[in-house]
Amino acid sequence: MKGRLDVAVALAYRQLTILVKNPSLFIPPMLFPLMNFIAFAGGLSRLRHVPGFDFHGGYTAFQFVFVLLQSAVFGGVFAGFGIARDFERGFARRLLVSAPQRGGIILGYAIAAFVRWLMIVVLLTIVALIEGMQIGGDGVDLFGLFLLAAFANQIGLLWACGIAMRFRSVQSGPLMQTPVFMALFLAPVYVPLDLLRGWTHSVARLNPLTFLLEAGRGFIEGEPTHVEAAFAVAACLLAVFGVWALRGLRAAERVGA
Amino acid sequence: MIARRSIVRTMRQPGVFIPPLSFPLMLMAVNSNGLRAATHLPGFPTHSFLAFFLPFSFLQGALFASGIAGTDLARDIDTGFLNRLALTPVRGSALLLGQIGGALGLGAIQACLYLGVGLAAGVHIDAGVPGAVLILVLAILIAIGFGTLGLWIALRTGSGEGVQSQFPLLFFVLFISSMNLPRNLIEVRWFRDLATLNPVSYLIEALRSLVIVGWDVQALLLGFGFAFGLIALSMTLAVSQLKVRMTRT
Repeated sequence: MKGRLDVAVALAYRQLTILVKNPSLFIPPMLFPLMNFIAFAGGLSRLRHVPGFDFHGGYTAFQFVFVLLQSAVFGGVFAGFGIARDFERGFARRLLVSAPQRGGIILGYAIAAFVRWLMIVVLLTIVALIEGMQIGGDGVDLFGLFLLAAFANQIGLLWACGIAMRFRSVQSGPLMQTPVFMALFLAPVYVPLDLLRGWTHSVARLNPLTFLLEAGRGFIEGEPTHVEAAFAVAACLLAVFGVWALRGLRAAERVGA
Repeated sequence: MIARRSIVRTMRQPGVFIPPLSFPLMLMAVNSNGLRAATHLPGFPTHSFLAFFLPFSFLQGALFASGIAGTDLARDIDTGFLNRLALTPVRGSALLLGQIGGALGLGAIQACLYLGVGLAAGVHIDAGVPGAVLILVLAILIAIGFGTLGLWIALRTGSGEGVQSQFPLLFFVLFISSMNLPRNLIEVRWFRDLATLNPVSYLIEALRSLVIVGWDVQALLLGFGFAFGLIALSMTLAVSQLKVRMTRT
């Protein structure tokens, strides 16, 4: 392994091979978004009749965007479990010793998280189309939607990576998941932002993920909204959590993993 | 003694008992606000979504109890503790009842906590104090039922990972129910049909009836019937799987 990219590609290949050989690691993260999608889109569709529900693309599309973002962020977080496991089992120590460019380690995990999420996205989109999801947006809009979700995937990975490299134990799993779960569900999940009331509305308005969610829903509806704000928020989060992950790597280097 | 060991073991691991206590409360807080708009739907049975959603927390807690009971038994299989127990004259059913102790203890704490938080947040129990007591009883029965199901899965798979991998499936069963909306307000037909076939709907509706309706005998009979049915079925499966496991050892 000579360069950063070599490290990244080799590590990503290893991570994906582990996944393919261990369905128990791969299937649950795949099932969770599907379950949520079926439960939300199927069980809550009557909510579109609530006065003030102003999304015109159908409730399936409304929920698809949320579940897509959820699968993306959690795809990254689940990849963080793998990083923590690598530290626990001593693989990360050997990796730190052997990798000439350690930045490639984070890149490798990021590539693996992205490819793993892509597989989930394909399945989720097929299920949504079978379910009769209406798509109002054109190709550019859909590209924007999936690009936003890809950013969310990398944000989730970098957050979990930072935690995994600081704690170096699978026991840090709840710390990776819980804040992400809370951030996701404190966005307008079931109804548009304007229909939220009380503290939930105040929190959702300030929640960065609300921008991603609203822009994503705008894309699929064919009426893009908050696009610049959403991509700016995504870029900021990527930068912040990129630094967070890099500092985590330095922390792991300092203690010799 | 096995029950005591199971309870002590559960309570000694904060990482095991804190998530089942906190996670359903978090979901209750988030969903009861996020889904409050649903109370504006014509025919929605109450003005408080928190009151409507509170019973689901008991089911969610029971699901965690299932995971805890199953994982603990799987660990006993893994470490050889079950093999050593097999050498003693303890009966299979007694062994399983003992193993369920941790889940039962946690189920009782969960039920009291969820109900207490609900009441503190302003939920009014329509069936009064006797109704609240009945909610606790039913919630504990449900925790025992799911806990025993966890034991069966542990005996069948023999590994903690095997138990954990069943978690999404059980969660799915919980989701395809009337947890978020009354069945008559579920618009998608296949979902409504599945929710009607799903016993979890009747467990939730029995608990919910005590909170928002009062004394609905039909809902209670169905709820208690399915709870006892779940316990009986899970225990039968677990006892027969225990025999297979003991034969193997």
